[in-house]
Amino acid sequence: MRLANIANLGVKELRSLIRDPMMLVLIVYSFTFAIYSAATAMPETLSRATISIVDEDRSPVSARIAGAFYPPYFLPPAQITQSEMDARMDAGLDTFALDIPPDFQRDLLAGRQPTIQLNVDATRMSQAFTGSGYVQTIVGDEVTAFARRYRTVDTPQVDLVLRARFNPELKPSWFGAIMQLVNQITMLSIVLAGAALIREREHGTIEHLLVMPVTPFEIMTAKVWAMALVVLVASSLCIALVVQGMMGVPIEGSIPLFLVGAAVHVFATTSMGIFLGTVARSMPQFGLLLILVLLPLQMLSGGTTPRESMPELVQVVMMAAPTTHFVSMAQAILYRGAGLSVVWPQMLMLVAIGGALFGFALARFRATVARIG
Amino acid sequence: MIEPVARLREVGLRYGRTVALDSVTLDLPAGCMAGLIGPDGVGKSSLLALVSGARQIQAGSVEVFGGDMASARHRGAVGPRIAYMPQGLGKNLYPTLSVFENIDFFGRLFGHDREERERRIAELVEATGLTPFTDRPAGKLSGGMKQKLSLCCSLIHDPDLLILDEPTTGVDPLSRRQFWELIDRIRAGRPGMSVLVATAYMEEAARFDWLAAMDGGRVLATGTPRALLERTGTSSLEAAFIALLPAEDREGYQPVAIQPFVAEDGDEAAIEARGLTMRFGDFTAVDNVGFRIRRGEIFGFLGSNGCGKTTTMKMLTGLLPASEGQAWLFGQEVDAGDIETRRRVGYMSQAFSLYSELTVRQNLELHARLFSLPAEAIPDRIEEMARRFGLADIMDALPDALPLGQRQRLSLAVAMIHGPEMLILDEPTSGVDPVARDGFWRILIELARRDRVTIFISTHFMNEAERCDRISLMHAGRVLVSDTPGALVERRGAQTLEQAFIGYLEEAVAEAGDAGPAPTTQGITKATPPAHRPHRGFDFRRMFSFSRREAMELRRDPIRATLALLGSVILMLVMGYGITMDVEDLTFAVLDRDQTITSRDYALNIAGSRYFTERPPIRDYDDLDRRMQAGEVTLAIEIPPGFGRDVARGRPVQIAAWIDGAMPSRGQTIRGYVQGMHAHWLARRVAHSSTGTTAAGQLFSIETRFRYNPDVRSLVAMVPAVIPILLMLIPAMLTALSIVREKEMGSIVNLYVTPVTRFEFLLGKQVPYVLLGMVNFLLLVLLAMFVFRVPLTGSFLVLTAGTALYLCAATALGLLASSFLKTQIAAIFGTAVMTIVPATQFSGLIDPVSSLEGMGAVIGHLYPTTYYVTIARGTFSKALQFSDLRSEFLPLLLAAPVLISLSAMLLRKQER
Repeated sequence: MRLANIANLGVKELRSLIRDPMMLVLIVYSFTFAIYSAATAMPETLSRATISIVDEDRSPVSARIAGAFYPPYFLPPAQITQSEMDARMDAGLDTFALDIPPDFQRDLLAGRQPTIQLNVDATRMSQAFTGSGYVQTIVGDEVTAFARRYRTVDTPQVDLVLRARFNPELKPSWFGAIMQLVNQITMLSIVLAGAALIREREHGTIEHLLVMPVTPFEIMTAKVWAMALVVLVASSLCIALVVQGMMGVPIEGSIPLFLVGAAVHVFATTSMGIFLGTVARSMPQFGLLLILVLLPLQMLSGGTTPRESMPELVQVVMMAAPTTHFVSMAQAILYRGAGLSVVWPQMLMLVAIGGALFGFALARFRATVARIG
Repeated sequence: MIEPVARLREVGLRYGRTVALDSVTLDLPAGCMAGLIGPDGVGKSSLLALVSGARQIQAGSVEVFGGDMASARHRGAVGPRIAYMPQGLGKNLYPTLSVFENIDFFGRLFGHDREERERRIAELVEATGLTPFTDRPAGKLSGGMKQKLSLCCSLIHDPDLLILDEPTTGVDPLSRRQFWELIDRIRAGRPGMSVLVATAYMEEAARFDWLAAMDGGRVLATGTPRALLERTGTSSLEAAFIALLPAEDREGYQPVAIQPFVAEDGDEAAIEARGLTMRFGDFTAVDNVGFRIRRGEIFGFLGSNGCGKTTTMKMLTGLLPASEGQAWLFGQEVDAGDIETRRRVGYMSQAFSLYSELTVRQNLELHARLFSLPAEAIPDRIEEMARRFGLADIMDALPDALPLGQRQRLSLAVAMIHGPEMLILDEPTSGVDPVARDGFWRILIELARRDRVTIFISTHFMNEAERCDRISLMHAGRVLVSDTPGALVERRGAQTLEQAFIGYLEEAVAEAGDAGPAPTTQGITKATPPAHRPHRGFDFRRMFSFSRREAMELRRDPIRATLALLGSVILMLVMGYGITMDVEDLTFAVLDRDQTITSRDYALNIAGSRYFTERPPIRDYDDLDRRMQAGEVTLAIEIPPGFGRDVARGRPVQIAAWIDGAMPSRGQTIRGYVQGMHAHWLARRVAHSSTGTTAAGQLFSIETRFRYNPDVRSLVAMVPAVIPILLMLIPAMLTALSIVREKEMGSIVNLYVTPVTRFEFLLGKQVPYVLLGMVNFLLLVLLAMFVFRVPLTGSFLVLTAGTALYLCAATALGLLASSFLKTQIAAIFGTAVMTIVPATQFSGLIDPVSSLEGMGAVIGHLYPTTYYVTIARGTFSKALQFSDLRSEFLPLLLAAPVLISLSAMLLRKQER
């Protein structure tokens, strides 16, 4: 192994990339616009939820309830009739529909414990759960406050003070920005490494390298460092300009530590890209493999839905995915301000996964080149 | 004088800064065989591409059949009268399709009916001697057969103008001779046909009726071969061409002088091979090849493309492990891991192993470094190579912008940069002009004689083979014979080496019985009735011929279809189970400073729910910080001292709860849970403590009905939404590469020169992928119903109709990416960017589209997945019918036509 070869080949990779303006445009796009739009689009878990009210009571208390729903959590409620309710929910216009029965106020004040019906579109899982809790709390507060003016109600004196740490307002754009960054890092490094390998194979340049005094290990290491550099530069700029600059996300933790983590992650994903490049026989096959690998990597890493809620089997399988460890590490470093003493297990896992993939790819490298020829 | 078939007036063409044609004015005579001669990169191919209409005219005017080729209407009208065979072996063919299917595809494009097609195909394969191979995939044919097939495909529609761009480059001499005989017979059958040929073989050009010699984007001279010879006073066209060159280009030209090889160093072998055999599956590419090459010798391998020359060379370099046999370089057995031997060898592969993204200088520099030349010596060495190989003026150019000949000189310079003792050169001079070729050989001879570099070279040029010290004739993986060129000619009793070679070939072919019956001598004499002229509007037949072809290619690559189908099933299983919105098994811990029954009861209240699992208690704030930072607990509860006492006395007291907000959606959910449990605990205390009075929780009640999914199962919500994602990503990726790949492989030229329109091309390509997508859809629905047990409550028909529209949109999106991106990498990356984020984030999979903000909301409202998610969820969970979903169908109905029109706008019908 010679470091000079690795350095020279890596420079070659960088020069190739610079010559492909379309790729550069795509890279810039995915590290700016894609991240910005995805992060800012992400609503609060309950944001602008659509609610409609069937008010059969038309009383002060029902008016009070209707007035309690307002942005940002809810869109202003639509007043509808009972018959419209089903049609609107079927069409997906409303996620929630409250049905306040006739004589609700009279029964309430008479202590007859009337019942309000809350209809929830349970196919919209993200809003259904939290939303119904919110709706119940809001309605409960309004009704209690209303009732208190007319009769005495015992309320216990225990308060619950809730604070969200690391992201006090639970702003999803903070989280979304970083998770998007993680996704883009993963995608870019796999595509660059894998597709570049296949292209070199299709153009016959890789076999040219193999007859020179260069080992496959050097060729692969060069690809890894060059791509890692591109991805790291793009990520640092993205954090500084887009995430902190344009979006104003406060970052608690150490960005250098995050970049070290990202470098280890990129080692694992470029190795994966090269591995896929040795598995696929042609570019179209690589494209499909990419989708097959990328989708679970992104959706099941814990960046979209919480990991601990996934089925046991999926959790175990996803332990082998580099993104799982990178996502948890990124959250710990950037939001919780964790240091190396906290995130070393993830780092270790990434190194192990990357090393294994690199090893597989190395073992397959020569055989694949021969097969194409 | 008859009207010329094509008239060029001051035609100019440049690629970036490179001038390909420099104000060319030329009349090409009709009804005869007209040839363009000259080295590569002088503009022959560009000129032919302009005449055929494949390339866009930049400057000047080109008239073909009396009309202006700049006009799309005229091109459409005369297109069917022109046949164009681009440069490169079988460039316009589809390698996975059989001989019959390839010709059949072109026949369909030109609108022949079945009977007509079969008759013509039978006639053409008969005439070309391809009859025994009609079922063989085009990719597995030899170079000569590929060219014959390519010719069949060109002739299927009875063209009046046949344009052949270097049809015989890289073809063995026997096949070459057969090819020209075939052309003669065809012309005999269709005397009015004009044939326009570009060639680098001067001996071929001698038989043409009319020639135009070209150099540097200009026409040097025109006339009959005899006239050119007379004018220059030379005896061969090669010499005539050199004489026609401007004086400065001729400078330094001298004939190659061959010095005989004198063995020194005893009898040491530089390369030795014994019984080398290479099998790919049941195909034997190289069969028991052996030879021994002495140091300083120039050893030639002569044979057609695909006869095993390249494979043999790859085995020598260690690139391919031999199936059987052994080889030694410098007495060392070939070993793929042997770095030291590699330093002593220079290898130049047929595929021009240059980095097209690096400049000439950077290419040289990279290789110098990789061979670890001392850093201070590198600039001098590069200068030396540049001088020696005539690269000094183009040091900062990119290889792709250079003509073939210069690129090959660069390749050799790269192979020579480290001063190797041995050169292995795989067809280094194919397509290089005679002057450059001779210059190249002078270098080789100098290297061999002066520096005693051993040279192992493969070629299909006879005059080059004559310059070798010894040659081996190869055919079909076997060495027919090995000796000095002179001895071979003598042994065969032939006049020239070419004749000797053809003699050996005929013998070998007769033995193997492989080439099939000799082509019929009568040829195509029947004047076939002209095909009915294809009409210019949208033609379903042409569209379906593309569909058929795409479908056949898909079928021949079963891995791709399997990946698409199996992959989507796997993804559906993983994601259906994996993406769950039920937030469960959250970790929490308590910092209990009270330690009373009441405080423990409060903690138990939380621990008892299915949402939380309790971790060991927190000791102090430091512990709390550390464990939250590590993500070990997502919820921490602090119960203050005196909590039990205060509650009992009814004094105000506060419980603190910290939520890990790093993942906001989870944080929100936890907040909801904790509030609910707190309220529940309070209500229970009130119920316990106060008897009789009405508790706060019982003022009124809210009855929550979770509709469509009463058990609130994540699966019911997720599975119908995962289907749209998969049906977007996979079909889009399948189509995304279909056009770009043709661009990279060269068969896109069929779009340029056949009457097919852009819409026919795009829609034709789309059809098979939509059908594959429908199969995929059925699989996924079955999976949803029987594995995930998510019932389909609504109309299956409506869902299917929506899917069909949606798949049209998804495949169109892939085509759109494919139509404007140039490389396959960019297409993959671009498609991933265009599909993954919008489909998973902006289309209502997790967050409803109505709640999105900013750009995401805009994209969400435009993206087809949004509407299909509503249709899928509506039909699966909500039992909806068409009338309920009408408004979702409209956007889907519009999506595909809009996307296809955009693709058609971005796709070019001519090369620019």
